Amino acid sequence: MSTETPAPASSPSLDKPERAGEFSLDVEERSIVGAFHDWVTRLRTGDPGALPSVVGLVVLGIIFMQVSSAFLTRYNIGNLPGQGVYIAVIAMGLVFVLLLGEIDLSAGTAGGMCAALAAVAIFDGDLSNGLPTFMYWSLVVGLAIGVGLAVWVKAWSASVVIALGFLLVVTNLTQHLELALLAAICIGTAIGVLNGVLVAKVGIPSFVVTLALFLAWQGVLQFALAGRPVNTSNYDFWHNLTYGTLSPTQSWIFTLVVVLGFLAFTLTEALRAKAAHLTHDAISLVLLRGGLIALVGIVLTILANQNRNPNERSTLVIQGIPTAAVIALVLMIACTLALKRTTWGRHLYATGGNAEAARRAGIDVVHMKVTAFALCSSFGAMGGILLASSQSSASLDLGSGNVLLFSVAAAVIGGTSLFGGRGKPRDAILGALVIVIIPNGLGLKPSLGAQWQQVITGIVLLLAAAIDAVSRRRARRS
Amino acid sequence: MTEPILSARGLNKSFGPVHVLHDVDFDVYPGEVTALVGDNGAGKSTLVKCFAGINSIDTGTITFEGEPVTISDPRAASALGIEFVYQDLALADNLDITQNMFLGREISRMRAFLADGEMERKARETLASLSVRTVSSVRQQVANLSGGQRQTVAIAKAVLWNSKVVFLDEPTAALGVAQTRQVLDLVRRLADQGRGVVLISHNMNDVMEVADRVAALFLGRVAAEVQKTDTSTTQIVELITSGRTGDLGLTAATANEVM
Repeated sequence: MSTETPAPASSPSLDKPERAGEFSLDVEERSIVGAFHDWVTRLRTGDPGALPSVVGLVVLGIIFMQVSSAFLTRYNIGNLPGQGVYIAVIAMGLVFVLLLGEIDLSAGTAGGMCAALAAVAIFDGDLSNGLPTFMYWSLVVGLAIGVGLAVWVKAWSASVVIALGFLLVVTNLTQHLELALLAAICIGTAIGVLNGVLVAKVGIPSFVVTLALFLAWQGVLQFALAGRPVNTSNYDFWHNLTYGTLSPTQSWIFTLVVVLGFLAFTLTEALRAKAAHLTHDAISLVLLRGGLIALVGIVLTILANQNRNPNERSTLVIQGIPTAAVIALVLMIACTLALKRTTWGRHLYATGGNAEAARRAGIDVVHMKVTAFALCSSFGAMGGILLASSQSSASLDLGSGNVLLFSVAAAVIGGTSLFGGRGKPRDAILGALVIVIIPNGLGLKPSLGAQWQQVITGIVLLLAAAIDAVSRRRARRS
Repeated sequence: MTEPILSARGLNKSFGPVHVLHDVDFDVYPGEVTALVGDNGAGKSTLVKCFAGINSIDTGTITFEGEPVTISDPRAASALGIEFVYQDLALADNLDITQNMFLGREISRMRAFLADGEMERKARETLASLSVRTVSSVRQQVANLSGGQRQTVAIAKAVLWNSKVVFLDEPTAALGVAQTRQVLDLVRRLADQGRGVVLISHNMNDVMEVADRVAALFLGRVAAEVQKTDTSTTQIVELITSGRTGDLGLTAATANEVM
């Protein structure tokens, strides 16, 4: 391949055609050994990636296997996704905001409030019946203002989502469960736009904005519920978000779609790059990686598709992949594509890495911040819905307490940096697994009290933050 | 003699009561490195910001390729083909070289999905066309680059867009000897490829080494615009510090008046 350079004839570059191989490290094909070598280099230059959280999971797993023989059973492991999915989803939303070096402390309580609104709507028929008149109209006006704010900062997709929420609320379609939950997510988007505008346009530090709203939404939630929690396990769709499973056939279809989709995507990409003489992973590397993921997926599906009810006399059959795991995985894939493959994602990383550089490159930093906060609160709303499902109740303290702190901890344990610029949706899932495995493992041995849970979680978080700080320092030095 | 590609005539700019630029005439010729020198506060940054569209001008005209133009914002400047490499580099450490070079102007499919392969190829072509040998991979993170390599990337980013005029603000400040050498070579090459290059510098060695012509600003006025071959370091230093040297520069009356 000899590339034409746009330079005039006097340019020295035309003396000899340049090609990819001229850049000595830009080997065109990355072999399996090369990939391993790259990974070691990344570790040494301060990007530990998923390694700390995976090691943490394995260590905790080994410890809890000693604590109780019930830990590594298919029944117990099958319960993990339902117990932890709300942390994973809220943490995934937080990743967007943390990438910018900001924080959203209100994601938990905002999400809890959104879920409570959905609960009130279906419990009382619809929102206009369920809420006090003043609150209902405040909500309607708030959503309208949300649309306006989103349009103002050119967050078009957010404005469409909020407008949808507005329509659902004013047309009283919130009497249908699925639509009520959808409206809750749309309300979350509006809250996020408000956060973003206060941070990026008004210029209040995100810590203060979201701390204030963290307190405020708890109160609004109690107004909405008016002192009576709503039992969500009466609503099958809601209950099954964290307690349901796919049928064995659906499980196989899901696994095959994910595994084959990943394989096909990475393979076509490598082949296309190879044809265009660009740097790419060797086909053997792509197949090895895809094969490993396929192996893990297939083994897990086989295990999940057997009856895991530990009660042998019970006729209840528990089998299939937990719905919660499907939700987390689908969201993770969508977020990863958005961050890695779209200009929006690239701009988000750039804004988090160097906001001034992004601004000079013509990126609308205000727009990036508002969209990140909007996504964070939307995920917060989903997290609130999942939390209500897993605790079977839209309670009066839904989403408050440790929910948000656990979610931040999950993102950080997974490898997302609090200083901005580094993080992946995958971090949220791995971190949430670490966070949820601790109470799960300790709960199997009742003699170990809840105090242990908090101490251990704290130590794990401290370790993760230390790894982040140390690796940052290494990255600067190299 | 060729026509200037970018020129300013009679530029005036005031910030409130402070008259920063007085009837400044400034020309940039294609294929030449024009050094813009002057003491702190002489108005170099203000003049550059007028071309960048960051400052508006009070009176005067700017012509680009013979046509009068108004540069109202930074996007208008890059649309014309005028690029700026700022002292503090404006690179995002957490992105790689290719991603930085295309930042804000990514090639995308359906206006949303990144065409990374295409960008990688073009980044490599651009670096190759500048004969850059110091960068071993266009997929390297910028955080891991040395000062000279970062400056190289910043310059290549400006060149990527078929720019016709490149402004470089102190490109060798804070660089070691060898790295300064590389960057100066690169600056020379930009001009040799037919671009108009403006080098803003305090370093007389750099100026005498790569510049073809030197424009000296003294308290908001152009003291002199001379061919490098007709002048010496001593003369330029005098122009910078007192506005005149021998027959060159402001008249004694003007120089004394503004002092």
